[in-house]
Amino acid sequence: MKIHEYQGRELLAGAGIPVPAGAMVRSVDDAVARAAELFEAGSARVVIKAQVHAGGRGKAGFVTLVSSTGEARDAAKFMLSNRMVSPQTPPEGLDVKRLLVAAAVDIAAEYYLAITVDRSRNTNTMIASAEGGVEIEAVAERSPDAIKKVPMHPLLGLQPHQARSLAFALGFTGKQVGQAVKIMLKLATLFLETDASLAEINPLIVTPPGDGAPDGRVLAIDAKFSFDDNALFRHARIGEMFDPSEENAAELRAKNFGLSYIALDGNIGCLVNGAGLAMSTMDIIKLHGGEPANFLDVGGSATDEAVAEAFRIILGDDVQAILVNIFGGIMQCDKIARAIVAAAKEVGFTVPLVVRLEGTNVAEARRVLDEARAEIPTMVVATDLADAAKKVCAAASVTA
Amino acid sequence: MSILVDGGTLVICQGITGSFGALHTAGCLEYGTKMVGGVTPGKGGLQDGNGLPIFDTVADAVAATGATATMIFVPPAFSADAILEAAAAGIAVICAITEGIPTQDMIRVRAALVDFPGAMVVGPNCPGVISPGRRVSGEGASARYEDGCKIGIMPGYIHMSRQDASTGKAVGVISRSGTLTYEAVWQCSNLGIGQTTCVGIGGDPIRGLGFIELLELFEQDEQTDGVVLIGEIGGSDETDAGRWIEQNMSKPVAAFIAGRTAPPGKRMGHAGAIIGGTDDTAQAKMDALRSCGVHVAESPAEIGSTMAAALG
Repeated sequence: MKIHEYQGRELLAGAGIPVPAGAMVRSVDDAVARAAELFEAGSARVVIKAQVHAGGRGKAGFVTLVSSTGEARDAAKFMLSNRMVSPQTPPEGLDVKRLLVAAAVDIAAEYYLAITVDRSRNTNTMIASAEGGVEIEAVAERSPDAIKKVPMHPLLGLQPHQARSLAFALGFTGKQVGQAVKIMLKLATLFLETDASLAEINPLIVTPPGDGAPDGRVLAIDAKFSFDDNALFRHARIGEMFDPSEENAAELRAKNFGLSYIALDGNIGCLVNGAGLAMSTMDIIKLHGGEPANFLDVGGSATDEAVAEAFRIILGDDVQAILVNIFGGIMQCDKIARAIVAAAKEVGFTVPLVVRLEGTNVAEARRVLDEARAEIPTMVVATDLADAAKKVCAAASVTA
Repeated sequence: MSILVDGGTLVICQGITGSFGALHTAGCLEYGTKMVGGVTPGKGGLQDGNGLPIFDTVADAVAATGATATMIFVPPAFSADAILEAAAAGIAVICAITEGIPTQDMIRVRAALVDFPGAMVVGPNCPGVISPGRRVSGEGASARYEDGCKIGIMPGYIHMSRQDASTGKAVGVISRSGTLTYEAVWQCSNLGIGQTTCVGIGGDPIRGLGFIELLELFEQDEQTDGVVLIGEIGGSDETDAGRWIEQNMSKPVAAFIAGRTAPPGKRMGHAGAIIGGTDDTAQAKMDALRSCGVHVAESPAEIGSTMAAALG
């Protein structure tokens, strides 16, 4: 689960990691009022940032520096009345409903700091770079040696000596070192306490030397978090940050029924049990010249309602043929067969339906489908995976 | 022979009174697995629907039955504790079937398992492990088997023992996927290739046994003639396995990687993608395995025939 930048800032601030003053607003008037407060408090400039999960905001004009309340009004009005389109959004763009209004700070140096699950080391790893403010992928490609990786102990977490070494290696000096170490340790604790899968501060910055801070102050400017969906049961506060408007509506609907669904561009709908078999089913459709319309894993313990919902979602994609590929383990084939019959009655299959069933209770499943043949005239039973792929691709190209 | 478990392995089920635990305990018994009891705290002294004794703790179950393997069906929030309880009680093969265990729990479990070098964890989020038994009667789903050991949720009848294999050969199967494993096994069985042991290592990012540990066991197992390896997009495990195979494996390995058509960017955060430093797409993994001498199936329908060709 992902959250917004302003929510990430709240988490950082709550953990004792310094962030510039700022607040989330939902209207132009509130944006102007907040900006005015920040100007009065001494900020020379204020930054207004659209709160959407997709990246590419800056280039799309949805991150703007303003020096007056008038400019703040124009920026907020633009962001709240236009859809944001970037390479990371759907082509039609995203509706922006929330803005972050924050004090802009002068920057002397920028860094990258993140923690993620490191599956190759079976632990969490802190990643840092002295090249902050840009995409870490670009740094990884251009100068991989500029990226430092520090594996965290699986039981003890990040150790102070690791943070100190990292801070020195990144080039922090003087009083910056202590500040950076504190931020690293607090980020590590926050990551573990919230069951995060990604915690990223980019950029982590140092301000120019000023009153009371002869070496500058270390601050987190942008925050990106992802959390382990499987651990949300023990993090009610994180769960409340979920913003359904950032999710694909059909994918969310599927999720609510315990289905795993991703829409694709093709014309052959797939209903499969198991993620690996679902991916393989897409692969074999493509190998036989077809285009899958979706990834859909009904899982092992889907209810009859969930299977019916799966068919409704697939048919909503305007497909030219459907392939059902079930290899029953936990999932009993006869249950799928009955759901196919029920869905035929309820929604009706006007497009060819190729069914391949194998595994637990397959004999009973075949009996159920045989009995219902008259009710589902577009149904074709396949003998194996290759046969199923051939039949569904042929059917889709005829219909298309 | 087989790896991890065989017809003599004594097995308990943790979470035996839950709906899945009860269902699959019955399924394993039906296959011929020597299920000897179960654990549900607070229900010690009772019996399950099959007449198996229920214990309050794994230690009690081990003391009373001599079990050396366990099948875990407890809910995700309690699974890490269940795995560690089994390890502490001296269980050698711990199959964690449960899906949805928090990643951080598994990171801590792996670290804690260092204290129990005799414990091997299969999974989590996996179908389990099976060393197929010899068919004694019946056909298809109604066949009866003996001297096999099925620990988990896989349909038993799709598997074939070496004795029943018309080619006289048997392979080991290692897979990150559940149902795709069944597909691969079914194709092998239909071609008369038996299986010594099939292990679902699970689909989670942090897990117990991996490809390399199991390849090593299959390489040492006299009855195993080759290995089917089934991977998918994400991580670098398959590529690492390829390098190990190139340097250490004398037996042929056939592989399939799922997800060649999977849309990019739907699965992991930015920082996660750079950790391994290598490409983790299906195509990159297939190319890497091929360059290590692994026989890679282009289509998921050709896993069995690719293995057959590699066995010669």
